[in-house]
Amino acid sequence: MTWKGKDMDTSKRNLYCNLAALCLLALVLYLFDRHGTEYQIRILNNMAVFITLAVSYNLVNGMCGLLHLGPNAFITIGAYTSALLTMSPMEKQMSFIIEPLIWPFSVLQAPFFVSLIAGGVMATIFAFLISFPVFRVRGDYLAIVTLGFGEVIRVLCNALQGVTNGPLGLKGLQPYTNLWWSWGVAVFTVLVITKLVNSSFGRAMKAIREDEIAAKAMGVDPFRHLLLAFLVSAFFSGVAGGLMAHLITTISPTLFTFFLTFNLLIIIVVGGLGSTTGAVIGAALFAWGGEALRVVESPMDLGVFTIPGIPGMRMVLFSVILMVVILFARRGIMGRNEFSWDWLFSKLGLNAK
Amino acid sequence: MNDFFRLESLVMQFGGLTAVNDFSISIEPGELVGLIGPNGAGKTTVFNMITGFLTPTSGRVLWQGEDITGLPVHQITARGIARTFQNIRLFTDMTVLENVMVSFHHKIRSRFWKAMLGMPSHGREEQRIREEAYGFLQELNLAHLADEKAGSLAYGQQRRLEIARALATYPKLLLLDEPAAGMNPQETMELAGLVREIRKRHGLTIFLIEHDMKFVMGLCERIKVLDYGISIAEGTPEEIQTNPDVIKAYLGEPKHA
Repeated sequence: MTWKGKDMDTSKRNLYCNLAALCLLALVLYLFDRHGTEYQIRILNNMAVFITLAVSYNLVNGMCGLLHLGPNAFITIGAYTSALLTMSPMEKQMSFIIEPLIWPFSVLQAPFFVSLIAGGVMATIFAFLISFPVFRVRGDYLAIVTLGFGEVIRVLCNALQGVTNGPLGLKGLQPYTNLWWSWGVAVFTVLVITKLVNSSFGRAMKAIREDEIAAKAMGVDPFRHLLLAFLVSAFFSGVAGGLMAHLITTISPTLFTFFLTFNLLIIIVVGGLGSTTGAVIGAALFAWGGEALRVVESPMDLGVFTIPGIPGMRMVLFSVILMVVILFARRGIMGRNEFSWDWLFSKLGLNAK
Repeated sequence: MNDFFRLESLVMQFGGLTAVNDFSISIEPGELVGLIGPNGAGKTTVFNMITGFLTPTSGRVLWQGEDITGLPVHQITARGIARTFQNIRLFTDMTVLENVMVSFHHKIRSRFWKAMLGMPSHGREEQRIREEAYGFLQELNLAHLADEKAGSLAYGQQRRLEIARALATYPKLLLLDEPAAGMNPQETMELAGLVREIRKRHGLTIFLIEHDMKFVMGLCERIKVLDYGISIAEGTPEEIQTNPDVIKAYLGEPKHA
């Protein structure tokens, strides 16, 4: 007997299910695009950007088991690169009032799609440059090195007036990011990263996470595979940064502090470190929950007494929810499990033969 | 002198401590050689120098006519030397089948972007790896556990999985670091049979460390004895059993009345 591989029917069924799910998503997005309020569309856009960020961040932290604390650096690089490319030379001249923008950024202009790719590529280049010092260390040391890199980029954004316009930031970007762009990128990211994780390369990454010494003895080169994960993650973070820039339309160094990394870390821990499904769920909950909880900040009339609106109350509630999740599901909502159609059908009892 | 596998006066010093001193051995293709010695004699250090985990202070590791001293671990594995670990080191949160599949990765032909885009050529290669890995599980009687997490296996099964994983790198020389540790006599006997079998089936040369004397004496054709990092004897099991230096190393000096 050879390996009891999945029969053709099952893999065909899964393909159809995937296509159906994509069509359903497209339909929902279409309906929101036509009939949704601006507020709802904004939340959905945010959700997609955070899904892209969380899934790519999870590739390094969850799959490879590295505590990488610098994704905000790559998001920054992607956002600035993309923004500088979509602004017209005229706009740039008007924005950079203290110090003129250096050549060649001052004359370059590119369509939105090209600018997103360029943001991803630029982030990847920076990731490659710092990978050599980063992967000399592991564990807490790696966390400190990447954290430091994130801070360096933020400080540079403040200081390099001639490139980033310093603390003034870049204003008046075209709001190119719509539902199709943001969700298109999110779906592409999830598909590509899932393929990678489920391939031989993904197995090598997980083997390094489980036991680096044994992985080496089985012929896996840790540096090459950690680098691969790091660069892929940086690329998608950069693209998501570009989306973010054209969603908010104003970027400045204060937008990309460690707080952003911290939020991403919460998302993937709550979702389940090492689970792409978990990262998606975590990002969706974060983007939607953050807004839904605004209710608790408005004044409430309970009949007997009235609670005045307390700004920041939702963050308190958010922390409580976080603690409850960690208490009752120590490895996050999904653990290291992934959603699959096979699982869903067997739950529904449709696989009975 | 042969060109297959030779260690030339290996020395390993950790600060002021000499863990292994002037260790040399030459192994012929197809041989089954044992390395024994009291605790802390430096046996595992020898293995670590062969597989690249430690770079010897001096001396050379020669493999099929090439000097592989100090090469990175994964490159040595790719050249056909595999090992198991004294304290089991499985990828505990991965399935049994995935554990074995990792060993195929160093020979993969697809590029990473083919995997990311789900190209059919990568899919076929993946399928082939899956089938071959499953074959190794069948060989070591682990096929029924293919989808279990490696960490959930019983101790003896984990030991067997370690061997399956090492075999899946398609080595020519297999280094077994205390394969029988923690096994009962029955399991140890079965293991000896297994080692003989895989050696015959895969045309392997085996170099093993073991504390279980019955196991070593019954299995190995040639034995090397280490004590305090120094090689004190070499010979057939019979020669080793009667060698006064070996008895002294294990039992201590007889008291002179």
